[in-house]
Amino acid sequence: MNTPRAATPSGAAHGQHLLTQMLRVRRLEEKCVELYSAAKIRGFLHVYIGEEAVAAGIMATLDPEDAVVATYREHGHALLKGVSAGSILAEMYGFQQGCCRGRGGSMHLFDAATRFYGGNAIVAGGLPLAIGLALADKMAGRSRVTVCFFGEGAAAEGEFHESLNLAALWQLPVLFCCENNLYAMGTALSRSESQTDLAVKAAAYEIPAWPVDGMDVLAVEEAARRAVDAVRGGGGPHFLELRTYRFRAHSMYDPERYRDKAEVARWIERDPIDLLRATLEGAGRLSEAEWAKMQRDVDAEVSAAVEFAEAGSVEPVDELLRFVYSEIRSP
Amino acid sequence: MSIMTYRQALHDTLRAEMLRDQNVFLMGEEIGVFDGSYKITAGLLAEFGEKRVRDTPIAEEGFTGAAIGAAMLGLRPVVEIMTINFSLLALDQIVNHAAKIYGMFGGQAKVPLVIRTPGGGGQQLGATHSQNIELYYAFVPGMKVVAPSTPADAKALLLAAIRDDDPVLFLENLSLYNTKGEVPDDDTPAEIGKAAVTREGRDITLIGYSRMAHVASQVAEQLAASDGLDIEVIDLRSLRPLDRGTLIESVKKTHAAVVLEDDWLTYGIGAEIAATISDGAFDYLDAPVRRVAMAEVPLPYSKPLETAALPSADDVIGAIRQTLDAVGHRRR
Repeated sequence: MNTPRAATPSGAAHGQHLLTQMLRVRRLEEKCVELYSAAKIRGFLHVYIGEEAVAAGIMATLDPEDAVVATYREHGHALLKGVSAGSILAEMYGFQQGCCRGRGGSMHLFDAATRFYGGNAIVAGGLPLAIGLALADKMAGRSRVTVCFFGEGAAAEGEFHESLNLAALWQLPVLFCCENNLYAMGTALSRSESQTDLAVKAAAYEIPAWPVDGMDVLAVEEAARRAVDAVRGGGGPHFLELRTYRFRAHSMYDPERYRDKAEVARWIERDPIDLLRATLEGAGRLSEAEWAKMQRDVDAEVSAAVEFAEAGSVEPVDELLRFVYSEIRSP
Repeated sequence: MSIMTYRQALHDTLRAEMLRDQNVFLMGEEIGVFDGSYKITAGLLAEFGEKRVRDTPIAEEGFTGAAIGAAMLGLRPVVEIMTINFSLLALDQIVNHAAKIYGMFGGQAKVPLVIRTPGGGGQQLGATHSQNIELYYAFVPGMKVVAPSTPADAKALLLAAIRDDDPVLFLENLSLYNTKGEVPDDDTPAEIGKAAVTREGRDITLIGYSRMAHVASQVAEQLAASDGLDIEVIDLRSLRPLDRGTLIESVKKTHAAVVLEDDWLTYGIGAEIAATISDGAFDYLDAPVRRVAMAEVPLPYSKPLETAALPSADDVIGAIRQTLDAVGHRRR
């Protein structure tokens, strides 16, 4: 990839922070998979394992007041936007202590307090919402950025094109983050798009767009900082194509006939966590002891989240009909 | 009280709400520079500017979704979709997002959105431009659907819709825009979910909404004069929530009902109303509930075919006579 990349993290602490963030997502999702196999979690479960550098690199450049809109593969985005691991897991358990009271599940995480606006499980469905959030911020004169994550499969949907056009036409403060993991479920990009260079699609709407090595969290962060600064500075929407790879199945299980094992193995060699760890260790910015402590801390967070979820309870069935219409009227 | 058209009532209400609340803004195709496809928004761009009267490209899914996002942050967008036919292009955003966000996310974000859109056949606009598909939205929990038939209700229901915290589909009708009526000067919103008994009677209940509420009233007057019939007329005004209580109470009094609908019969709103009456007033019914609806065809362009397909006053009169015959047989 020809994307410029930061030579080294700005400091050991920052590099370790990015590594910790990726590790938090990885370990939480590994636990999710385990809990799914134990039938604690049901429904669909789409894990992000392999793609952590994307969410970690981009979130590192955001302010708490910035908004994030994501997809059904959003556990990592929710966690790194500030939703607690406990409330994420409790949601997957279907418990009322979950971020959506157990009404959303794995695909529909949401937390207004941290400005995490879903968990939008219809492919490309989040893009129009994201430009609307950005429109409201722009109309109010607030200097906020809305970051919208979606997969490359979304580029085949009309909502993608309508949203890019509207965002550019109205110069809305949106950063479009296309997580190109090469497969929309089982359909390879080249089997679903006539134009496989996704940045070209965005450029057709006069949106500055460029590809980024999505396995290299430092490259992601550098590109995101440039794009977020431009968006926040009134430069209109920007678009990043983050070239990444999903190490696991689309959902919990699939036969993976759409890709060969050698390809998966090649990508796993560029595991984003291993890459950064090697970079930090090579630069003398991560000791064995620090790495061991980082793992212990992350494991402790995940264990506490499991404990929190296990102690949860389902919303009483007599509350079934709540939340269809707003319960407290606006003044 | 002033006399004005349905169109004027909508226009004046939009304007008044924009003056009252800075969070109210308009989005849609041709609402600004063009002054509105049906001139409901005429002059508002000049008065309020591009920020609050936002012309959009022909991208119903995109701009409806944008309105939903803006509503989630507390704005009160009023979206105009040129006709309800084109709302099909926004179906994902309306059904999967607007209607779900509040409940699916556990009550964390409201969507105070209004989608104004006209339906209606009879203008020789052909099959894709003549539909009444409001029931698609009335089917969905989380949505509200209102359908004013008079200028007074156009005002009162639009006030209610804009001030409501939930997504509301506001159904207008092409054939009603030029109709005139009295409109109160005060700003009292209607109660969404309340039907109106627009004519009291004892012999039979006619139920309609939007254009068919007028057909019902005309037929009631006509049969009062010609046959001395005492017909009760209910204008539903709201399809979701549906005012089941008013329907049931009326049929308990009249013992018979005919439902008028400007859409296809099968799986339609008339079926829901017939089931409601069956559930709530079965022991009071002296005849099956009859439905008068459109022929089950894509609406033809040809005028005689179009006229034959749409429900007419004669169809309603026929249904009333059949129903009253059945009542007579039962009472003998």
